[in-house]
Amino acid sequence: MNRLAYIARRLLRTVLVTVAVVLVSFFLIRLAPGDAATVMAGQSGYADETFISSLRAEYGLDKPLPVQLWKYVTAVARGDLGMSYERRQPVLDVIVARLPNTLLLDAFALVVAMAGGIVLGALAARRPGSAGDAGVTVLAMLFYAVPQFWLGMMAVLVFSVWLAVLPPFGIETMGADYTGLARVADVARHMILPGMTLALYYMASYARLTRTQMIEVADQEFVKTARAKGIAERQVARRHILRNALTPLVTYAGLQASILVGGTVLVENVFSWPGVGTLAYEAVTARDNPLLLGIFIVTAILVSLFNLATDIAYSIADPRVELGR
Amino acid sequence: MSALVRIEGLNVALPPGGDRTLAVADVNLDIGSSEIVCIVGESGSGKSVTAHAVMGLLPRALKTVSGRILFEGRDMLTQSAEDWRRTRGAGIAMVFQDPMAALNPVMAIGRQITEQIRAHRAVGEAAAMRDAAVLVARMGLEPGLLHAYPHQLSGGQRQRVMIAMALSLSPRLLIADEPTTALDVTTQAQILELIRNAQRERQMSVLFITHDFGVVSDLADRVAVMREGRIVESGTAREVLDRPQAGYTRALIAAVPRLSGSPAPLAREKPLLEVAGLSKRYRGSGGFLGLWHGRREHRALDRVSLTLQRGETLGVVGESGSGKSTLARCIIRLADPDAGEVLFDGADLAGMGRRELRAQRRRIQMVFQDPFSSLNPRHTVGEIVTAGPRAHGEGAKISLARAVEMLKLVGLEEAVLSRYPHEFSGGQRQRIGLARALMLKPDVLIADEPVSALDVTVQAQVLDLLDKVRRQMNLAMLFITHDMRVAARICHRVMVMRQGQVVEEGPTGALFAAPRNEYTGRLLAAIPGRQRLEA
Amino acid sequence: MKEFLSRLLVRPQTLIGLAVFAAIVVVALGAPLLFPKGPFTIVGMPLLAPGSPGLPAGSDVLGRSMLVGLAYGARVSLLVGISSTCCAVGIGVLLGAVAGYYGGVVDDLLMRFTEFFQIIPAFVLLMVLVAFLQPSLFSEVIGIALITWPQVARVARGEFLVLRSREFVQAAQLLGESDLRIIFRQILPNALPPIVVVGSMMVGSAILTESALAFLGLGDPGLMSWGSMIGASRSAMWVAWWTTVLPGLAIMVTVLALNFIGDGLNEALGPRRRQ
Repeated sequence: MNRLAYIARRLLRTVLVTVAVVLVSFFLIRLAPGDAATVMAGQSGYADETFISSLRAEYGLDKPLPVQLWKYVTAVARGDLGMSYERRQPVLDVIVARLPNTLLLDAFALVVAMAGGIVLGALAARRPGSAGDAGVTVLAMLFYAVPQFWLGMMAVLVFSVWLAVLPPFGIETMGADYTGLARVADVARHMILPGMTLALYYMASYARLTRTQMIEVADQEFVKTARAKGIAERQVARRHILRNALTPLVTYAGLQASILVGGTVLVENVFSWPGVGTLAYEAVTARDNPLLLGIFIVTAILVSLFNLATDIAYSIADPRVELGR
Repeated sequence: MSALVRIEGLNVALPPGGDRTLAVADVNLDIGSSEIVCIVGESGSGKSVTAHAVMGLLPRALKTVSGRILFEGRDMLTQSAEDWRRTRGAGIAMVFQDPMAALNPVMAIGRQITEQIRAHRAVGEAAAMRDAAVLVARMGLEPGLLHAYPHQLSGGQRQRVMIAMALSLSPRLLIADEPTTALDVTTQAQILELIRNAQRERQMSVLFITHDFGVVSDLADRVAVMREGRIVESGTAREVLDRPQAGYTRALIAAVPRLSGSPAPLAREKPLLEVAGLSKRYRGSGGFLGLWHGRREHRALDRVSLTLQRGETLGVVGESGSGKSTLARCIIRLADPDAGEVLFDGADLAGMGRRELRAQRRRIQMVFQDPFSSLNPRHTVGEIVTAGPRAHGEGAKISLARAVEMLKLVGLEEAVLSRYPHEFSGGQRQRIGLARALMLKPDVLIADEPVSALDVTVQAQVLDLLDKVRRQMNLAMLFITHDMRVAARICHRVMVMRQGQVVEEGPTGALFAAPRNEYTGRLLAAIPGRQRLEA
Repeated sequence: MKEFLSRLLVRPQTLIGLAVFAAIVVVALGAPLLFPKGPFTIVGMPLLAPGSPGLPAGSDVLGRSMLVGLAYGARVSLLVGISSTCCAVGIGVLLGAVAGYYGGVVDDLLMRFTEFFQIIPAFVLLMVLVAFLQPSLFSEVIGIALITWPQVARVARGEFLVLRSREFVQAAQLLGESDLRIIFRQILPNALPPIVVVGSMMVGSAILTESALAFLGLGDPGLMSWGSMIGASRSAMWVAWWTTVLPGLAIMVTVLALNFIGDGLNEALGPRRRQ
């Protein structure tokens, strides 16, 4: 099997995951107690009859289940994720409007987490058992045990309440109407707290993984070969150990993406960052079920696309993909 | 002639808590220029540790070293890390046991060779790559291989690459640590030839680590025999091989199985087991329902037939990938054959349903290769040995009594019943595995490489035991091995397999003395140390 | 077993973890006896600082005792953490064992299924699930189990895949042992150590997930939990730090203790220890 076949297989997987996500959403609606229309309308009680009957018509809820399923799948395929009851707007439009803010925050967190984690992990692995190594391990342990949302609140308490150096919420200063570079700087200042809160947990897990990977690879025979060849220690570490330790990290980034989305929901909420995460919270409190389900579908597709990207990156980084997995 | 390498009073400490304090104890050894010195010993003898010490590549846990290692008059143990680095790869080069593990999996072969050249010489990548091309060509490899990755090569090719790399800067000393142990016998012969030629051409010295006296007799100018970290005997190859002084050396040499003197074939009787036209194909596994794998097929077994009668041992010999293990697995239905029949006492095992099979299968049992994985580490020997009778509904008391009897037969005490597998040595574990197989009073015993994981002295004991059990219980034994010498020792008849097919079959003595097939002839010629040890 | 315990108990972190965890279990079990009035009773003015009379940990926005809330919160955290992990381990081991032992198409299908759960954003699915099923202890436990079992399944499958090709398993097949017996008697005891380690780590992460749900208002409304305490005090954080700091510390200490135990188990049962 060559690389193209591998990528084709992963592409197929992405398609299958997408289809499965839509199916799962469909059955989630039916899983809930009560009739599907009321579930879609939300349970807050202020859904009026006209809205419910329009839902019935749209999803063909008086038709047999396969017909309903077909209607639902074709609707989603057209990009029709239903109407947000609370906002009286198509769900997709609501989500797309918020998406850039979330992508900005996540990209920042991911880059900081990967860069910081790999550097810290590599440093820790250089001397296992040293003070630096112990420090990284202790930090990782702490960040694993702290609820992310609470970490964010503590950051606000320290940096916004006590030290008053960073803005506690929002994406930019309200009413300041900055433009150009000043606006970029303002957004960046707002991004530091939520971005770092989000990044720290993943940085800890990258550091930990990089460390164990490097220690494991350092024990392998080919590293001994490299030394036997008279390669300088720096090159051995870089070309042989780090290079081999990093390939699984690429795959790991894909697996982490789904966890990152969860963290984003919480952190955006704490910092009132106007992204998809706060939107999900608003949907929960307003019992806006079509919106909540729409967020699930959109984020699931995005994450599986991100996984496809990391798989392709992996297939370039490791020639052994030909061996099939 | 002054020595290129002089090892004086070398001690390497083991971490505390082991069964001895020194991995290497008071080793003195000289390696003259353009001389091949073999260190030979069983596992744990310290031979590999000695080699790694000369290379300055001891594992972290074995850092405490005393004594002197002089290379061209310089004491390596006192020199700086940078001096070490400059010596490694240029002055001393090393080839390891497992070439797959020894090559970086994500770096192209060419880069791995040029990397070494450029670590010691100020040349550009293109110039280094031209050198690499010349080197691999001299190892009999295609230059196109420089762009390949290790996993795309065969085991023999990988080891050639390793040797090309080791020779790239014309070292004065080549250290080879069991470089052919992971390879098939014909490949092993080629690699040994390659090393010998390179040594002659370049007038370099070779320190060769091996457990195989055959290899020693083919290669060595001088020999050192190690046991438990000490050199028990050393001298020229002729002295040590022809007139061994130490008792241990004599025992080691005597334990090497000879090709001659195999048991005579039995008088023909009605066969107990008859295999006819057995075939098995494997398709590439994994992938989404195999969708993207194309139709890669591999014929593991191609119309194999054999007969086996009571009291007879039939050897199945072949290199890796010959299908010999698949044959065993298909006969006993650990794998399902695609075609053919396995007639056992008149009934066809190959086409049997699960229930029927269960009843028949107790009459065919198996002894496995790996003494570590063949016994469940979480069960006591008692549980392991009585599992068979209990699975067939026999009472605990009867099973236990029989277990004691069987353990006695394989030479173990009743007291072992309550102990766990990790408390036993490899040879003892194989005995336990044999006792387990005998508990159901089988008619046929299939032994799949039962001694290949064992040291040569233990190997001889287990082979003798298998033969004794075969005689006492009048067993039909199918003996699978890659080692012709082992087959010669206990098989009445042998069958040579290659790429899933039977190449040749006949009485062991006659077949080995005068092979009719060209491949069998090559296999026999490739056995290391044949001339000397058979003489 | 004795050997295992002595290996487990040599590390001070493990001992600390076990001691802290035991203390939390005692508090959780003893809460109704110590504070029979329950966590929702208003006992004084809102937002009294810790150390006020009768309120060693202060009061919250509604004037309820923080200390009582913390004690009752331990019940929810432990209950959800442990029961969802048990469900997840049960599902995961079963599916992982079947996939790993039988291999082939069964394995392919089960692994595709598992992969799906790993790729989709688990927490969002959990929010949808709990919101649709109505927030309750039951929906939290089911939801968390549903998003965490793949971790166990992957580990169990990996172990079974390796172990089923071990020769002792083939020997058991030849001796005529049934598949069920081979899976549970021969393979499972050998596969257990890594599963136990993953399971112990999962309790901690399930507690974190539960607190996040409760923080977002998706916890059981009839129960006081650490996450809901933090969520309810968000507006008070600026004036009364203890209302958010204390429940957060409680979560952190609990999860840390569990992770210490998990690490200890990993050391005691780890791959280097096993042949």
